[in-house]
Amino acid sequence: MKNSLRSTLKRGSMAGMATAGAAALLLSGCGAPPSTGGGTNTASNYIGCIVSDSGGFDDQSFNQSSYEGIKKSEKDLGITVKSAESKANSDYETNLNGMIAAGCNLTFTVGFLLGDATKAAAGKNTDKHFAIIDFAYSQPIPNVKPVVYDTAQAAYLAGYAAASVSKTGKVGTFGGIKIPTVTIFMDGFYDGVQAYNKAKGKNVAVVGWDKATQDGSFTGDFEKQDTGKQVTKNLLDQGADIVMPVAGPVGKGAGAALREAKGAGKDVKLIWVDSDGYLTAPEYKDLMLTSVIKKMDEAVETLVKDDKDGKFSNEAYVGTLKNSGVAIAPFHDLDSAVSADTKKELDSLKSDIISGKLVIESKASPKK
Amino acid sequence: MSTEDKIPHAEADDPAPAAAEGPVTQESAEDVQAADVALDTAGGAHAPSAVPVSSQSGDTGHREATVWQQIVHGNALVSVLAVLVALVLGGILIASTDSNVAKTGSYFFARPSDFLSALWNAMTRSYVALFQGSIFNPRQGFLPFLETMTVATPLICAALGVALAFRAGLFNIGAQGQVIISATLAAYAGFTWHLPFGLHILVVLVMGVLGGAAWGAIVGILKARTGAHEVIVTIMLNYVALFLLDYLLNTPAFRRPGEASPISPRLDETAAYPGIFPDSRLHLGFLVAVALCYGVWWLLNRSTVGFEFRAVGANPAAARTAGVNVPRATIVVMALAGALAGFGGVAQVAGTEKVLTGGVAAQIGFDSITVALLGRSTPWGTFFAGLLFGAFRAGAVQMQIQTGTPIDIVLVVQSLIVLFIAAPPLIRSIFGLNPGKKKKIKAPRRAAVATTTGGAK
Repeated sequence: MKNSLRSTLKRGSMAGMATAGAAALLLSGCGAPPSTGGGTNTASNYIGCIVSDSGGFDDQSFNQSSYEGIKKSEKDLGITVKSAESKANSDYETNLNGMIAAGCNLTFTVGFLLGDATKAAAGKNTDKHFAIIDFAYSQPIPNVKPVVYDTAQAAYLAGYAAASVSKTGKVGTFGGIKIPTVTIFMDGFYDGVQAYNKAKGKNVAVVGWDKATQDGSFTGDFEKQDTGKQVTKNLLDQGADIVMPVAGPVGKGAGAALREAKGAGKDVKLIWVDSDGYLTAPEYKDLMLTSVIKKMDEAVETLVKDDKDGKFSNEAYVGTLKNSGVAIAPFHDLDSAVSADTKKELDSLKSDIISGKLVIESKASPKK
Repeated sequence: MSTEDKIPHAEADDPAPAAAEGPVTQESAEDVQAADVALDTAGGAHAPSAVPVSSQSGDTGHREATVWQQIVHGNALVSVLAVLVALVLGGILIASTDSNVAKTGSYFFARPSDFLSALWNAMTRSYVALFQGSIFNPRQGFLPFLETMTVATPLICAALGVALAFRAGLFNIGAQGQVIISATLAAYAGFTWHLPFGLHILVVLVMGVLGGAAWGAIVGILKARTGAHEVIVTIMLNYVALFLLDYLLNTPAFRRPGEASPISPRLDETAAYPGIFPDSRLHLGFLVAVALCYGVWWLLNRSTVGFEFRAVGANPAAARTAGVNVPRATIVVMALAGALAGFGGVAQVAGTEKVLTGGVAAQIGFDSITVALLGRSTPWGTFFAGLLFGAFRAGAVQMQIQTGTPIDIVLVVQSLIVLFIAAPPLIRSIFGLNPGKKKKIKAPRRAAVATTTGGAK
């Protein structure tokens, strides 16, 4: 039995080698010079580059949004795009050096982990421009533009809306890892709920996050959807009927848990983050109350355009409700769940925030 | 090659009860290899037995051990061929994901030459970029090779630890945790204490190495005292280390002042390994790794302690009979393995990154298992395997930037290497390396006898 298996294997491999040999012969036989230029015949010689952090470009979060932004500018502005995905922290420096060697005009780096590496690369290459997403230096660097988001502003509106819609009087949120770019969502959400309580004399509680102690529920990474499902179930058990996961793809685990709860007859809803979940996670669109959006792709494209036109500045870009860098998504299918009064109140809150009458504060807010 | 003889031996391996094994093996006593005899004598401590080891009583786990040893100590040719086959398969994968190949493939029958040249281009362009990023390119000379050595340094150190444990018969999956703990302690010493140049790096090194050794020794003690399986213990300790680091990075002692993200302050200049070449990240840690290779080689091949380790690895029962203190050897081996991984952690945090983050250990601990396997658990084999993996890592960056080939392809190639090393017969049959005709005829007969007398199938 085993013997015949082995001889079959051997025969098969001989045939395989023969094929490979024949292919090699054919290849060397055609001997054509590499005439296909690999599609690098772009009109512009401007090179826009992007280096991910160890999450990679498929993280369904800031790496991905930024990557989509630069891909869009490749199409819209006709620039050449080079991208480097980092697999480990030790890759950051090498990836950045590779980008500089590749002649990038503007290089985007994503996340605080790349802060040191970007600073070093910018110091050594003062003629090149850099932009770092979701991180700002305490000392500005002449050729690095920080791109940060005051996400608390949009999350505040989402919290207010959630509090008004909640039937159990409890709303929940959890994060991936306790880092400022995550907790800023949770702070804003928490404040929004408190604002609703204050305005209406209600007592809607937030489970999964306490702004005062800066502590709450976290899944520990941005990967394990299963953990997200578990945490969401816990939040539901505590009585929450609306959950906002701030954990990239782990949010899908929350969606799965909510789907089960809905199947069991509970009236539950989901608030997505980063992008409009109604469009990016359509499998849960019937649960989607709204989304807290960070429009990174637009910011990236705008930066590329500005730099290409020679209008680069190292002044931090802060995405706010005012410049539409952050926003809450339409209520889509659940529009009827939100009362007309609440919608009016949300509009006035929004204009108050834009005018500066109302200031949303979070420890994680970008420093002015 | 004695190991090649083992193939029919291994293939004849079936779950037949020990009672059935006796007559079968005795029937072909001339088949028993030198390795078996060596096993039997606990490394030559006493005269070879006339009876093959596998037919002696009370030796139930032996067959399994041969397969295991074959994987761990496979021969060099298999390692090289495994890399080769993995590269070819990786090339095919690169080609299949290439957009040009797909485009030209759609009109393959109209103009096959386009498709074939696209195929060839896709494969060669990626590998040329890989080479340029890891060894040499006209623009930077041999600078990329220095980067390869930098990336290889922690891998080599950690893999030496894994290899040493392999030689003592312990499957140490815990390099990851050992690297994390040592990096944590080393970094703490590096950014908290401010000591003069020379002394500081020494303190950092000692902290890191002791941390790794302690983390390894826990495993050794648990195994020696309670019989807990080292695979399970090391895997669990990896998690403990990882989440301990995550926790620590959120405490004021470890977090960078004025920073809300979990990232430590940068290590002092005095705490870092000095660089060796300008314009390169290569640091003194590489020379330390070379010295460690020599040290481990000396330990294994020239010292009594090393001899004991190998005896325990070959056959713990025989080693015990020969007077080796097996529990003590287990603890010492794990502590040494942890210390070696600790050198890797120090190389990473005080050499390459100079800052502590949650991802400081990357995949070093897990890659080092592959490196040790590829290096056949010998110190110098590990060294070159580490360099190869360093080259993959360093080159992948360039490959990705130049050709847009996803960096994951390198991970696929690495994984394929492990796969092929773990299945030496597969590699042998692909290249027709199986033992000569005479033995091949014998092998099936043995197998047939085994199945009839064994009665297991």
